[in-house]
Amino acid sequence: MKAPAFAYAKPRSLAEVCALLDERGETARVLAGGQSLVPMLNLRVAAADLLVDISGIESLRGVSVTADRLCVGALTSHREVEQSAEVARHAPLLAQAAPHIAHVAIRNSGTFGGSIALADPAAEWPACCLALDATILTISKAGKRSIPARAFFKGLFSTDLRPGELITGVEIPLTPGHRSVFLELSRRRGDYAIVGVAAMAKVQGGTLQDVRLAFLGGGDRPLLAVHAMKAAEGKPPLADLGPALAADLSPMADLDTSARTKLHLANVLARRALAALAG
Amino acid sequence: MTARDELPVKDSKTRTQSGYIGKSEPRANAKRLLQGRGSFIDDLRFPRLAHVAFLRSPHAHAKIKSMDFSKARAAPGVIGVFDGRAVAEYCSPWIGVLGHLKGIKSPPQYPLAIERACWQGEAVAAVVAETRAQAEDAVELVAAEWDPLPAVIDMHESLSGKVVIHPEFEDNICFSRQIDNGEVDAAFKNADVVVEESYSFGRHTGVCLEGRAILADYNAGEHMLTVHHATQAPHMMQDIFSKHLNLPEANVRVICRDIGGAYGIKVHVYPDEMCTAALSIMLRRPVKFVADRLESFLSDIHAREHKVTVRLAATKDGEILAFDLDDLTAIGPYSVYPRTSGIEGNQVVNLTGGPYKHKHYRASLNVVFTNKNVTCQYRAVGHPIAVALTEGIVDLAAQKLGMDPAEFRRRNMIPDDAYPYTGAAGMKYEVLTHHQCLDKLLSLMDYKGLRAEQAELRKKGVYRGIGLAAMIEVTNPSPAFYGVGGARISAQDGATLRLEPTGMLTVLSSVTEQGQGTEGIFAQIAATVVGVTMDKVKVITGDTSTTPYGGGTWASRGAGIGGEAVLQAGKALRSNILDIAAAILNVDKADLDIFSNEVIDLASGESKLPLAELGRVAYFRPDTLPMKFQSELMVTRHYTPREYGFTFTNGIQASLVEVDVETGFVKLLKHWCVEDCGTVINPLLVDEQIRGGVVQGIGAALFEECHYSEDGQLQNATMADYLVPMSGEMPDIVCGHVESKTRTSELGAKGVGEAGTAGAPGAVMNAINDALSSLGARVTTMPFTPERVLDALGKK
Repeated sequence: MKAPAFAYAKPRSLAEVCALLDERGETARVLAGGQSLVPMLNLRVAAADLLVDISGIESLRGVSVTADRLCVGALTSHREVEQSAEVARHAPLLAQAAPHIAHVAIRNSGTFGGSIALADPAAEWPACCLALDATILTISKAGKRSIPARAFFKGLFSTDLRPGELITGVEIPLTPGHRSVFLELSRRRGDYAIVGVAAMAKVQGGTLQDVRLAFLGGGDRPLLAVHAMKAAEGKPPLADLGPALAADLSPMADLDTSARTKLHLANVLARRALAALAG
Repeated sequence: MTARDELPVKDSKTRTQSGYIGKSEPRANAKRLLQGRGSFIDDLRFPRLAHVAFLRSPHAHAKIKSMDFSKARAAPGVIGVFDGRAVAEYCSPWIGVLGHLKGIKSPPQYPLAIERACWQGEAVAAVVAETRAQAEDAVELVAAEWDPLPAVIDMHESLSGKVVIHPEFEDNICFSRQIDNGEVDAAFKNADVVVEESYSFGRHTGVCLEGRAILADYNAGEHMLTVHHATQAPHMMQDIFSKHLNLPEANVRVICRDIGGAYGIKVHVYPDEMCTAALSIMLRRPVKFVADRLESFLSDIHAREHKVTVRLAATKDGEILAFDLDDLTAIGPYSVYPRTSGIEGNQVVNLTGGPYKHKHYRASLNVVFTNKNVTCQYRAVGHPIAVALTEGIVDLAAQKLGMDPAEFRRRNMIPDDAYPYTGAAGMKYEVLTHHQCLDKLLSLMDYKGLRAEQAELRKKGVYRGIGLAAMIEVTNPSPAFYGVGGARISAQDGATLRLEPTGMLTVLSSVTEQGQGTEGIFAQIAATVVGVTMDKVKVITGDTSTTPYGGGTWASRGAGIGGEAVLQAGKALRSNILDIAAAILNVDKADLDIFSNEVIDLASGESKLPLAELGRVAYFRPDTLPMKFQSELMVTRHYTPREYGFTFTNGIQASLVEVDVETGFVKLLKHWCVEDCGTVINPLLVDEQIRGGVVQGIGAALFEECHYSEDGQLQNATMADYLVPMSGEMPDIVCGHVESKTRTSELGAKGVGEAGTAGAPGAVMNAINDALSSLGARVTTMPFTPERVLDALGKK
């Protein structure tokens, strides 16, 4: 478990990062917190000729709030998100999800942008971004782009990112009237979830409005459960979203859990999430 | 803390010898390890040290058509690349059989597979380079061509023998055994109640913090091989290196420094480790191999993987009449050397029904080869299986009889005054305390209160379950375990005690330390028996060139056997010290005693002679002693348990769980263990041994399983995919003790290292099934994943 040899660069500016990524193409990998990339290199399931360490680019770090949005810099650690007062106030879903991400030591190093870029279907942040209707901000030598999170995740570890492109941050529209709930099932605290849900809604007279249900572990990517959301819209919390979820999700079996079981668990979580939103 | 505080200076409040046995003394090496001052094999630095990495078979079963080393040999830093034939020139093969396991068979095994690989992960070529990274780079450059052979993965398929793995054999059966003490069919025919159930136990492994590690250093000038080895049995390994590398025994030295956990994983002969030693001789330089996590999963021994069907016959009054057992277990392609892979199944048939006084017992065991990694002895060998299946079927019988499971057990446990007693499986028990342990457990956990709470919560839709698991355990094994079968594994251990000139006490023991605190308890025993304070004692273990000869650490034997050797050596040294004191003081030896580092007057307690002064005279001014007097301040004693095959211990565990019947998730709320290990030398260490063991047992029950695909690929060889139990999910574990001392030794200590692991899986299984009982569901396949619980509930 020793990584093959690679070159290492630690640029001091975003321009330098973009130039390096442009020049080296897909043989370069961006190193942020290293919590996924480094083990993958050591296991020799990932390879890179060059690691571009962006941890020195301070402008990518931190949480800021404007009139209508919250921006989380790509280099912001999971732990910083977890402990941020702004996040707790303006996007409590993130604060609810953060404790489920691995363990404190990993949360101290792993980054928000890194998790979005990796696009693990069982990771917490991508599903939260769907529920929050966030926008992914990127930069490359060709310029900046804003990509809606709901169009960003393309498949298993696959995103809309183009070669040479770097995530700089994530913008989240403020939703002051919404409640949020984050639930996930993992056999051990800190493991990737078997299945999980990031749920949001407004509550009016015992009914749920603008219901948002985004699942992790529900398919090859984070998934917005549009049929289930439609079924739940404008009603008191439903007890069974099974048929709708069967249309929304296509979970992948893992070693211990079949796709069918995951679908059953997703339905249990959806019911519990809706009840919690209304309660 | 100042540097001075860290020095082992005498604390004025240090308690003296009267108190050390039975006291929770912190172990001396904990502070050093916490400070990062441990010395593990990977910490060692040697000039000209070479590193080896292995090419491992990507196939479960395949012929090696060809291997081209040319590119690997030309890679940067590479010193040499070798195949099985090259290494076999220097290291002879071995066969993992024992004489007393009648009919056991296994083919010869080589350091690197020759011609044919029999499991995914078996090493087939070795690359030696200046660094481990260079060696790994070069491994990727070996061009190997394979001819895949049919792989036997399923144990029933193996038993059927349609495909035979080893061409030299007619079938895939490594070992089989039958026990029948008579009239079993009649007992079942006459029974009022018969219950039958099948249980399946997942294959899992030990997962030591420190991977297997060896640094072999051959010195051609002396024809001497020094092996720094993370092993539990240094003398056994000395004998094996000597035999298979063809070196005189005296020219092999095995040194064990700090070892990061072992659990039985590090007591076996591993091909890649034998290869590393051979490579050191071949290259005439030190060579190191430390298994990384990936190769640990692929090549550390696995364990368990049993499928068992058991029947129990009982009367309507709740008397157990008979057990009838059929156990099938798969061990991979080789029986592991030198302990064999037949022992775990053998233990299952020996231990099933162990706590109970039924008269009739029948068992059938089949141990079969498969094309998966090898299995062998891992903490609590066979016990978790025997306890779980026994206690599972006992609970099922109680349920069918409508009896409380605690009461049903009480009616059937061997009475505490019945000893010595021979159980239906033929095991001889010296002294056990099932009833005392049961009583203590029920009161410790407030059994009645929990049952009432359980019933109340059930009305609210909360599914809590209480599970019990009584157990017997093999400890302090006699030569009947391995020696009689022809294995050169010592059942005896030795201790040397030396009083130093300043009154310090040096203890050398053949038992080893892997983190469990062996050295600490030896210091307690030595200090107590000789009469010095703990700060005066220094314990040395793990070096075949300095310690007495002995077996090492396995089968819960360190305290009971090694501790007794320390005690006997301490008594002899104390007597010798008093001889010298009597000569110096010119008084009768019988009037003297040793207390708190001083020779005292027995009657008055008055200090007569500090041991430092006695040491000064004995070592530097013996001219002042009587002419014919020779002082002897170094003493060696050995101890072998012989009266019983094993010093059996007993205990009982209980688990309280809550099952989420919608998700199948099991929450562990609390766990209890009452155990009788005889003399408790250090309550802190004993309780932590039990807790650690319970956690390992919970791992088996809920989390751990080596998943193989249908074509024999291990699918979860990382810590992300192989779930070890973690603190977040663990319940509080309450420990209690009953102390019935073994009369086979003066110390009276039985073993305790495996108690927790033995009983926890059964207790958790019974608790889950108790929670599900009103829903008509039962789980019997470990680990009990959410999906398996949901399957039992018919949900999904």
